[in-house]
Amino acid sequence: MTAIRLDGVTLALGGRIVLDTVDLRIGEREFVGVLGPNGAGKTTLMRAILGLLAPASGTISVLGAPAARGNPAIGYMPQSRAALAARLTGRDFVAAAVDGHRWGLPRLGAAGRAGVDRALGLVGATALAARPLGELSGGERQRLLLAQALLGSPRLLLLDEPLMSLDPHRQRDVVELVRQLQRELALTVLFSAHELNPLLPALDRVLYLGGGHAAIGTVAEIITGPVLSRLYGSDIEVIHLEGRIFVMSAGCEIERDEHRHDHA
Amino acid sequence: MLDYDFMRTAFAAAGIVAVVSGAVGYFLVLRGQTFAGHALAHVGFTGATGAILVGVSPLWGLVLLTVLGGAGMGLLGARLAERDVAIGVVLAVSLGFGLLFLHFFTAYATQATALLFGNVLGVDMPTLWTLLGLGVVCLAALGVISRPLLFATLQPELAEARGVSLRLISVLFLCVVALAVAECAQIVGVLLVFTLMVAPAAAAQKLTTSLGRGVALAIVLAVAEAWAGVALAYWTDWPTSFWITSLGGIFYLAASLAGARSRR
Repeated sequence: MTAIRLDGVTLALGGRIVLDTVDLRIGEREFVGVLGPNGAGKTTLMRAILGLLAPASGTISVLGAPAARGNPAIGYMPQSRAALAARLTGRDFVAAAVDGHRWGLPRLGAAGRAGVDRALGLVGATALAARPLGELSGGERQRLLLAQALLGSPRLLLLDEPLMSLDPHRQRDVVELVRQLQRELALTVLFSAHELNPLLPALDRVLYLGGGHAAIGTVAEIITGPVLSRLYGSDIEVIHLEGRIFVMSAGCEIERDEHRHDHA
Repeated sequence: MLDYDFMRTAFAAAGIVAVVSGAVGYFLVLRGQTFAGHALAHVGFTGATGAILVGVSPLWGLVLLTVLGGAGMGLLGARLAERDVAIGVVLAVSLGFGLLFLHFFTAYATQATALLFGNVLGVDMPTLWTLLGLGVVCLAALGVISRPLLFATLQPELAEARGVSLRLISVLFLCVVALAVAECAQIVGVLLVFTLMVAPAAAAQKLTTSLGRGVALAIVLAVAEAWAGVALAYWTDWPTSFWITSLGGIFYLAASLAGARSRR
């Protein structure tokens, strides 16, 4: 069964076409890295899969059903922003997502507490969760966000830039953790990132977005000069060096430069 | 001092309003919308002076315009509700209209002073019952929306994906804030609603990292400030609002110091 299926999907944001008639199949239990330049539609695609953005044309189906808001089979980890609630404990933060769409007081029943315990245990954040969010490092906060995404035992995980602003060592930890959870829990994972290299050990396939198009396949199939040149609309050169891959445009490394641009 | 009817009424009114302000204020501070709360109070000033002009009780003018203002801010979107400049302009225009209405009323400086700086000792029995009724409505509404409100505050993108309408929550919450502001203005005046809405909640968030304890502590601090303020005003014959604001400031400062020490 396919976990995610896009047929002739066009996604537009404020009149701008982000993805243009894209067809896509992602199988169950695949770990797919979602890559592409800024504004290529990584977040937009995830929002469409979540049912938050209706396609301008085409159909999206998720685990056999049309994409719709509030699908409990999808776990979602949005791009993290500076946390407002820096003084709240990690546990209260994670627990806010338990039945968070229902009216009433935010009281957890036994099942809710067990669900939070399980999710925190899965990501090894049981001890972390007692501390306020503001005192946690970026990597520790990502673990809590991941725990939140795992609440309710989803079958599909959409992770939006979980590696952003983490140092390379922490990046490796997060990728390993997600890979391990993906295998243990038989999850389908869409993991968007700026850089390909930290994902290389975990990837089954890579989905590369650019210029309104999408290309999916193994790293060897997609991360090539001709395919990326088509997506970027300019001459791209791919260099393999000591197990790492560098995507270069006119002698500059593309991903690295964008990363720097992000923090400026 | 409890031998006097007006003092008993003042304690009862201050207590009711403090409970409401503490609870609502906690979420206001958590959402980073304190400035919106401040602006609603100024919108309320226009409502109150307008009501006096047409011969209606100022409290109902306050309630009507703050609720309309709150709903309007919520409808204009979460982004606008946090935009300081837009709120600041609305705030200034409202105060200006309030001034104009007072000018037409050719009235009494006491009336204006009571609206701006509060007059808890002037609360009569009918007003007390109105405060109680509005307070119950306000807390009940907060109770009903608190779970999705918390979710939408801490993780807006995820809440949206799970089917929470961020706009609906924003509108409902700002209506609750508007009611609390209208209540608060009776005690400390429209210029000083910050002191009961924000200071106790902010102090509570410095002192505890648990959500439930935070709300409870905000209520306790607000009631303590309000009652101590009324008592000190009785003994010193200085204005109640002066004492409440001073205590609010002192509690907040003490909580900041205590919070900073416990983190070391």
